[in-house]
Amino acid sequence: MEILNKIFVAPFADMIAAPDFLMQVLWEGLVSGVLYALIALGFVLIFRSSRIFNFAQGIMVVFAALTLVGLHEMGVPAWIAVALTLAVMFGLAVSIERIVLRPLVGQPDIILFMATIGITLFLIGFGEIIFGGENKLMITSELGIPTGDFVLEPFGGLLILQHIDITAVLVAAALVVSLLVFLNKTRMGRAIRALGDDHQAALSVGISLQTIWVLVWFIAGIIALVTGIAWGSRAGVSFALEVIAYKALPVLMLGGLESITGAIIGGLMIGMLEKMFEIYWGAPLLGGNTESWFAYVLALVVLLFRPQGLFGEKIIERV
Amino acid sequence: MLDSAPDVTAETLLEVNNIEVIYNHVILVLKGVSLSVPKCGITALLGGNGAGKTTTLKAISNLLHSERGEVTKGSVKYKGEVVQDLDPAKLVKKGVIQVMEGRHCFGHLTVEENLLTGAYTRGDGKAAIEADLEMVYNYFPRLRERRRSQAGYTSGGEQQMCAIGRALMSRPETILLDEPSMGLAPQLVEQIFEIVKAVNEGEGVSFLLAEQNTNVALRFAHYGYILESGRVVMDGPAAELRENPDVKEFYLGMGDDGRKSFRDVRSYRRRKRWLS
Repeated sequence: MEILNKIFVAPFADMIAAPDFLMQVLWEGLVSGVLYALIALGFVLIFRSSRIFNFAQGIMVVFAALTLVGLHEMGVPAWIAVALTLAVMFGLAVSIERIVLRPLVGQPDIILFMATIGITLFLIGFGEIIFGGENKLMITSELGIPTGDFVLEPFGGLLILQHIDITAVLVAAALVVSLLVFLNKTRMGRAIRALGDDHQAALSVGISLQTIWVLVWFIAGIIALVTGIAWGSRAGVSFALEVIAYKALPVLMLGGLESITGAIIGGLMIGMLEKMFEIYWGAPLLGGNTESWFAYVLALVVLLFRPQGLFGEKIIERV
Repeated sequence: MLDSAPDVTAETLLEVNNIEVIYNHVILVLKGVSLSVPKCGITALLGGNGAGKTTTLKAISNLLHSERGEVTKGSVKYKGEVVQDLDPAKLVKKGVIQVMEGRHCFGHLTVEENLLTGAYTRGDGKAAIEADLEMVYNYFPRLRERRRSQAGYTSGGEQQMCAIGRALMSRPETILLDEPSMGLAPQLVEQIFEIVKAVNEGEGVSFLLAEQNTNVALRFAHYGYILESGRVVMDGPAAELRENPDVKEFYLGMGDDGRKSFRDVRSYRRRKRWLS
């Protein structure tokens, strides 16, 4: 009885008793969720336009953040370092397309997947050679990101919102909105979506695979940089971040590999659910540290019932 | 409708010279195909399954590479210029676009977005593209009604229209049209061919048309080539092909039983020669 009480009654009683704390938990979850969603978005874009499951997306986040901080350490002013990092991400996109994707066109998916694992390991090694492996601090204040916090008092309680987190959420939202506008309203965006539907037909109307691939990898790079800055501000910049980046995998399982909406909602859901589970169930019942595996178990459960994910794009098939 | 005789002296746009195509380095599909497409004409490429019609079209539009096929001999010239190693995008810019067999619309894009992707290679501004969208809707009024639906949910006929309309949006000079009648009711086939004819006459677009439906194709085309296992076995003005007894027998189903292809004719004649 005691255990049932702890699972089904006590947590909810706690939530009602301290709504301000619940809001704090949800807010923290939302912030990590937004970042998961961003990483997943990078995956989805690349997957949709090239059917490549880009294992390297997570490490691109670390690589982008590391490049930014590394350049700044070398004495480059913060905003110029951002511009240079973007240039590096563009160079990365071009070289990946040239060296890895183009020669492997038409090969089975698994080979391309292996190639992205190769890219992952290469980026880890390359990043360490150039910038070193120790933990670095993100150049938050140099970038002009506010570092204070708001203290609110809902229901007579206490709710602390870090300025960094608010900035991260706002920037992420702006990024997602502009990406959606880009995909739906512009010529290039349409081409990306068309390519996702039918490669051959896209070729036949003169859409160049190479251009589009460079473009989506570059967009993935931009997303990686934004995520890297946001995450680096909270946790420092080192390759330990990659563990967090892999959280995008369960997000994809949950949201579906092809759906942008799925990536966003999946990210937010995983972020919030894992935080709530940790605080209300994990810590009291299992001794904590559930955040590292909860998302994966949740994804597994979803897969059992909906293999295409919650928002997997319906395959339109006429009968 | 039948014999709006083409100006045969018209300039030749596309010239395919004795091409050989091999898939995967081993499978020989085309064994020396030659043909030419005149400006403003409708040229039909006829033949049964596996004759090499689609391969010929893909060899011209350079879509073979993504299927591991390559042109190993011969040449493809467009307006006198060798085009066989250009990538498809460059060819579209030169005015040659293919409408693939089986439509291949972008299923999750709306009909209008599908049409707009056709204008991807163009750089002549929004107004011109809008005007052409209007032009396409005038040829295909049905598409105007369905402009907001996802192409994946439209009917086969609508998808075929969408695919042809999408190609038109690139402002082409030549459309390579692969099997437009596939899986469509006879009435719709007729309608699609009427539109092809209208586009040909109204916009001056030349067509190279691969088709199994010999009957319909020869009624609308000006000139025809007949392919059999990777070779051109016969060619001539459509009106003549229609009257040719062998074509009638093998492709229009109007002859006696027994002989089913040109190969049989040849052996038959050879045997006769031995006997005499």
